[in-house]
Amino acid sequence: MVVNKTASELQSLLHSRELSVKELTEATLKNIKETDKSIQAFLTVTESEALAAAEQLDNLSDDQRGGALFGMPIGIKDNIITQGIKTTCASKMLENFVPVYEGTVTEKVKENGMVVVGKLNMDEFAMGSTTEHSAFQKTLNPWDLTRVPGGSSGGSAAAVAAGEVLFSLGTDTGGSVRQPAAFCGVVGMKPTYGRVSRSGLVAFGSSLDQIGPITKTVEDNAMLLGAIAGADYRDASSSEKPVPDFKKSLTGDIKGLKVAVPARYLGEGVQPEVRNAVKKAIGVLESLGAHVDEVDLSYSRYAAPTYYVISSAEASSNLARFDGIRYGYHPADAKNLNEIYLRARSEGFGEEVKKRVLYGTYALSAGHHDDLYERAQRVRALIAQDFQSVFADYDVIVGPTSATNAYKLGETIKDPLTLYANDLLTTPVNLAGIPAISVPCGFAEGLPVGLQIIGNHFEEAMLYKVAHAYEQATEFHKQTPPAQEGN
Amino acid sequence: MSNFTKEDVQYYANFARIDMPDAEAEKYAARLDTLLGFSDRLKEVDTENVEGMTHPLAITNVLREDTPADVLNRDDMLKSVEDHEDGFIKVPNILD
Repeated sequence: MVVNKTASELQSLLHSRELSVKELTEATLKNIKETDKSIQAFLTVTESEALAAAEQLDNLSDDQRGGALFGMPIGIKDNIITQGIKTTCASKMLENFVPVYEGTVTEKVKENGMVVVGKLNMDEFAMGSTTEHSAFQKTLNPWDLTRVPGGSSGGSAAAVAAGEVLFSLGTDTGGSVRQPAAFCGVVGMKPTYGRVSRSGLVAFGSSLDQIGPITKTVEDNAMLLGAIAGADYRDASSSEKPVPDFKKSLTGDIKGLKVAVPARYLGEGVQPEVRNAVKKAIGVLESLGAHVDEVDLSYSRYAAPTYYVISSAEASSNLARFDGIRYGYHPADAKNLNEIYLRARSEGFGEEVKKRVLYGTYALSAGHHDDLYERAQRVRALIAQDFQSVFADYDVIVGPTSATNAYKLGETIKDPLTLYANDLLTTPVNLAGIPAISVPCGFAEGLPVGLQIIGNHFEEAMLYKVAHAYEQATEFHKQTPPAQEGN
Repeated sequence: MSNFTKEDVQYYANFARIDMPDAEAEKYAARLDTLLGFSDRLKEVDTENVEGMTHPLAITNVLREDTPADVLNRDDMLKSVEDHEDGFIKVPNILD
C-alpha cells in the first residue's frame, strides 16, 4: 500500500512516474475515509479539490515537476484559511465560513506541488490542549482510542500518527504543535516568531502565534518548514532573515554540542516514566558527544500565569472582529445592532472561548490593566532574558514536551490547573518567541513521550540537527500506533 | 475568597458583547476566580525597573508605497455576508 511508504520512497515513485499523483491522492483519500471513522481528525476532506490538483500536477512536464514535497498530500489545521474551502476554527461561529483568499502557508505548500487533502480538527479557536473543545467532534489518539490526541492541533498530530497523511500544519500559541506531537508520537516544530508568515492564520494571540509543521520524521519536518518559511509582505511581523537549507544541517554530528537541562523541567509534577524517558534521551545525546549541564530557568515557573494573561488579553481583542455581520454566525431576526453582536457571540462561541475572552477583557480593563496585564508583560521580559542568559553559554535546552502522557478523554478537562501545570514546559518558548521541536523519545505506560529541544531565535537548523541525530540513534520514530496496523 | 461576583462577570461580559444570564454568570465567576488566583503568583516577582515586553522580537516598521494590491472581488466577499443588498452589508436601523 502506498499509504505505508515514507515520503522519500513516495518521491522516487512519483519522479519515475511509477506512481501518479492522482493514484497517491486517491489512495490517501480512501485511507482517510477508512481510518478517520475512528480517529476523527478531519473536519473537512477536500476530495474533489485534491483530485483536481493532483491531475494538474500529473500533467506537468518532467522539468516542471520537482522538489522533495512534490505530490505529497498534506492536511491543514482548520484555523488556517483556504480559499474556497470551509475554515471553521472548530467553532460554531465559523461553521459555514468560506474564505475568499488563500493563506500564505497554503499558497506556499501548493507552489511546492503539495496536495491539500483536508482541514483538521482542533480546540475551538486553538484554545485548549486536548482538542475536546472542538464544537464539532472529538479526535482520538491513534495510540489509544480512549485518550486525547493533545491540542490544540490534535487533528494535525493524530492524522500524521494514524498514517492518514505524512505532513500536516498546526499552530502553536502556547504549545499547540509540540504537545499534540508528543502525545501522538510524531515530530512537531514551533518555529521562531516571525519565521513563518501568519497571513491567513485566524489570530488567537498575535504576539505568540506561529504556524509549524507536524510530520513522522525530522527530515520531512525540515523540508516542510523550508517550504513555508520566509518574509511575506502580507505579515509585517514576518522576518527578513534568510531561510537556510534545513536539510543541510541533518549531518548526525553533534559532537561538542552544549546542552542545558533546566532542573525544573524534570522536577515535581513530571510523570516518573516521562522523566525516565527524557533522562535516557539526554544520555543518548551525551553518547553522541554532547556536553550536558544542569541550569536554572527560574522565571519559567511564572510562564503559565503570564501566558494566560497575555494570550487571553490578545484573544479578547482579536476575537472582537466576530460581530455576526460581515462573516460568521448570523443570528436570525435580531431587532437591533447590539442584539446581533450579543446573540452572535453568545450563540457562536463555546465556553472555553468565552472564558478566555472574559478574562482578557478583565485584564485589559482600566483598574486591572497595570496590575495584571502590564505586570505580565514585565514578567514576560524576565522569562525571555532567562533564556538569553542560558543561550549565551549553551546551544540548546532540552526537557520533556509534556509532563505526562496523553490524558484520558474527559480526564483532566475539569481540572484546568493540571492542564496549566503542563504549560510550564511549553508556554515560556512562545513568550520568548524562540523555536522548539518535539521529537519522539520513548513511551510511558505504552504511550508516546516527546523530547523537547529549544533553541535561540532563528536557530531552527540547530534544532533539526540535534533532533535528527537523536532520531537516527534511536528507533522510536519507526514505531506506529496500533490503530495504523493492518492498513 | 471569591474575587468575582455574578455582577462583575456581567459587567465585563457586556464589554465583550457576550450575553450573560445569571446562572451562567455564576459558573464563569468561579472559573475566572481560578484563573485570577493563578495569576496571584505573578505578585511574587519583583518587576520594578523591568520594561514590559510587548513583542517577542525587536522589529521595526515596514513601509511600502501605498499602491493597491490583493484587491478582493466584492461579490466573492459578499458570499460570507448573510444580509446584503446592492453590494452593501445590511444591519438593523441604528438610529431611533
